[in-house]
Amino acid sequence: MNDFAELLDRLAFEPRRNAKLRLMEDFFRTTPDPERGYALAALTGGLSFRNAKPGLVRALIAERTDPVLFALSYDYVGDLSETVALMWPPPSQAGTGHNAPPPRLADVVEGLSMAAKTELPGLLARWLDALDETGRWALLKLITGALRIGVSARLAKTAVAGLGRVDPNAVEELWHGLTPPYEPLFAWLEGRADRPEGLVVAPFRPPMLSHPLDEEELSRLDPAEFCAEWKWDGIRIEAVRELTPEGRRIVRLYSRTGEDITGSFPDLCEALIAENAFVGALDGELLVLRGGRVESFNVLQQRLNRKAITPRLMQEFPAHIRAYDLLGEGEEDLRPLPFAERRRRLEALVARLAGGRVDLSPLVPFVSWEELVAARARPGEAGAGIDAEAVEGVMLKRRDSPYVPGRPKGLWYKWKHDPHLVDAVLMYAQRGHGKRSSYYSDYTFGLWRSGPEGEELVPVGKAYFGFTDEELKELDRFVRRETVNRFGPVREVVHTGERGLVLEVAFEGVQQSTRHKSGVAMRFPRISRIRWDKPPREADRLDYLAGLLPRGETMKTRAGKT
Amino acid sequence: MQARDILSLTPAGLYCPLADVHIDPLRPVPRALITHGHSDHARAGHGAVLATAQTLAIMAARYGEGFCGTAQAVRYGEAVTLGPVRVTFLPAGHVLGSAQILIEANGLRIVISGDYKRVGDPTCAPFEPVRCDVFITEATFGLPVFRHPDVVGEIDKLLHSLTLFPERAHLLGAYPLGKAQRLIALLRQRGYDRPVYLHGAMERLMQLYGELGIALGDLRKVEPGSRESLGGAVVLCPPGALQDLWARRFPDPVAAFASGWMRVRARARQRGVELPLVVSDHAGWDELCATIRETGAGEVWVTHGEEEALVHWCTREGLAARPLNMLGYGDDEAEAEAVAEPSA
Repeated sequence: MNDFAELLDRLAFEPRRNAKLRLMEDFFRTTPDPERGYALAALTGGLSFRNAKPGLVRALIAERTDPVLFALSYDYVGDLSETVALMWPPPSQAGTGHNAPPPRLADVVEGLSMAAKTELPGLLARWLDALDETGRWALLKLITGALRIGVSARLAKTAVAGLGRVDPNAVEELWHGLTPPYEPLFAWLEGRADRPEGLVVAPFRPPMLSHPLDEEELSRLDPAEFCAEWKWDGIRIEAVRELTPEGRRIVRLYSRTGEDITGSFPDLCEALIAENAFVGALDGELLVLRGGRVESFNVLQQRLNRKAITPRLMQEFPAHIRAYDLLGEGEEDLRPLPFAERRRRLEALVARLAGGRVDLSPLVPFVSWEELVAARARPGEAGAGIDAEAVEGVMLKRRDSPYVPGRPKGLWYKWKHDPHLVDAVLMYAQRGHGKRSSYYSDYTFGLWRSGPEGEELVPVGKAYFGFTDEELKELDRFVRRETVNRFGPVREVVHTGERGLVLEVAFEGVQQSTRHKSGVAMRFPRISRIRWDKPPREADRLDYLAGLLPRGETMKTRAGKT
Repeated sequence: MQARDILSLTPAGLYCPLADVHIDPLRPVPRALITHGHSDHARAGHGAVLATAQTLAIMAARYGEGFCGTAQAVRYGEAVTLGPVRVTFLPAGHVLGSAQILIEANGLRIVISGDYKRVGDPTCAPFEPVRCDVFITEATFGLPVFRHPDVVGEIDKLLHSLTLFPERAHLLGAYPLGKAQRLIALLRQRGYDRPVYLHGAMERLMQLYGELGIALGDLRKVEPGSRESLGGAVVLCPPGALQDLWARRFPDPVAAFASGWMRVRARARQRGVELPLVVSDHAGWDELCATIRETGAGEVWVTHGEEEALVHWCTREGLAARPLNMLGYGDDEAEAEAVAEPSA
């Protein structure tokens, strides 16, 4: 555990990608099995302990510290694991655990999965007593399930791949057939065994991503070299269908990060199982389609992240794939082929499908950039028709582009709609978490409306990013200076017509909400500018947001306090 | 007569009407008592100033000889009578010359701690606990997450990094008054006898410490054009310089920073620090609590920092406690933050 804790600690302070890779690679090279394998599982988010939850950690610390002091400390530090690691009383003080050796990572992983629920608090407390601050922090990070040390699963796999000097994608494609502590993987990478073949059916293929684009860059590109598609406001999905040697039909659905999400979409999975014309891997957008119309992201969200997938949920929010690429067909890997060729193969495949759960993302016809600019501005009139509301821009793909995992330069571009902007007034602030810990960095802002007692501000949303580090310091200073009230961790800052701070907030859209006093919720709000110059009186009104609601939605304004 | 009649809170800071003096005033006043030389406590422009000789020397070095109308030096433990009030300066262990101020009037003993710490510091006299009725304390690190580790371990982290990366310059950000000198003294105690290099902003106070009898070994200025050749060296600089263009000319620099704030990982990351050293010149949580108990005070006033938690703790201990919510102090660590460039 100590070596692993030290690795996490060093990774947390190391900003450079290459140095992070070197630290991890060194660790994997010098740490024995199964310790390193469990570390890899932890770094790739592959460990979860059903019974060890943040609540358990909170209960342990509550027995040992004053609740008010804990609450103040947590608010300051902004991270549960770190707060507990720092506050944990030394064992001499608590009178337990004399000189017990610190646990190994393997002890922790095996202990947590074997222990009965009632044994966990004692087990965890003994480990915490035996570890130093860094060890406690790492252990708590591990069991609360969020390392947040700036290492993606992809980066960890890249480091492992470095052991055997193989391409990280080779590790990626094996990944779903492997389980912690990955001994066959390490054996292969160190040249002690063959590649662990055949472990994985219907593997994930890392997706190709695009670069953002603006109008100025567009003028430097040649329109004849590109195809355009709508950029759908759904979630990226990869659907793989294979036949096992025994003839079993297997379907797997993956998110863009390679997470297996098949279980969340039994309707889609069942429909794809029946598509006997399809053996291969499709890349596309997961959408909700009702009455032949793509629903907005607001609607799709109601289907996502549900614990129970009920028949009613599936009926109300039927999942659909709008396909835009074909990565493999039968035994053939299509990824080296040019986009135009893959597109022909995709069109032919979709035409053979029977179930209606998969359709084709149409190309947006254009000859000049002017035509594409016009299409992006009015997708409804340029072919998206009734689905225009679910379009969030256009994608540009070079006709000759092979399918390259990752974000290669110069091949694919995304050109999103410009965000909506609104001038809102800062009303409340809270300290942030993680990177922004101890700064007042979560801002609740409001817009004007007519109330019973004249003009009043009503909170419409919260934003905690979009500003630079320098602006964060200025905002933090403003909040501390202009606090008029405190409600626990929340500070109310001055917000009258004359005094206060106007924030220009960018957002992607609005939806009706019963949770917000204003009756609307903004999507993806972020601070785009700080208007130090603008008096709060001149900020925008709530009516403006109401005008942006999708069809059929109204503001359900509530009176009284939220 | 109550403590509040002896000391009141005014916009300029704590004020003792019986003696007509302010303590560490935030704006120019006719008569001031100064606990120590950090710029948030020791400001220029007062009429008469009473402080330790070292604090007066620090103020003169920072602001010039004319930093006040008249200056009077006081020794630790020497009582000065100001009308009906007796004033005594006692070591606070914070930086060279730092003092707690004991005010005695009408049979009440009030101690204004200024900033203080309890762990040993080779560059200044150690804190002396004083029995009193009212203890006025800082709370810069007044949360139970701030348990400063043993400084030797922190210094060893730096020495370990030097052996691990002998080709990289180790830029050590530190507040120029007190922290910087203490770090060098600690390095010397651990047997580091190579030259320590100084950013220009560090020189004047370093020289003053030398004149005041604190030996720090071989100190050298970073000469223009010499930065490329300082691989493997320890270079002390103000924390703000870590992200400056200045820092980039060193060979593959390691950004180290010594501060009590480094206890919280996010703080170190926000500043782009790779090697955080938890070394503080302020009392940590356990020191604050132990000190309050040792003074035997029945009443505690908390000047600045995380006063809410400390006031809560005092109340739970059965002590009368009040937060003064004083703005303008606690900037010696905060000042170091403010001059920092944003980390990308």
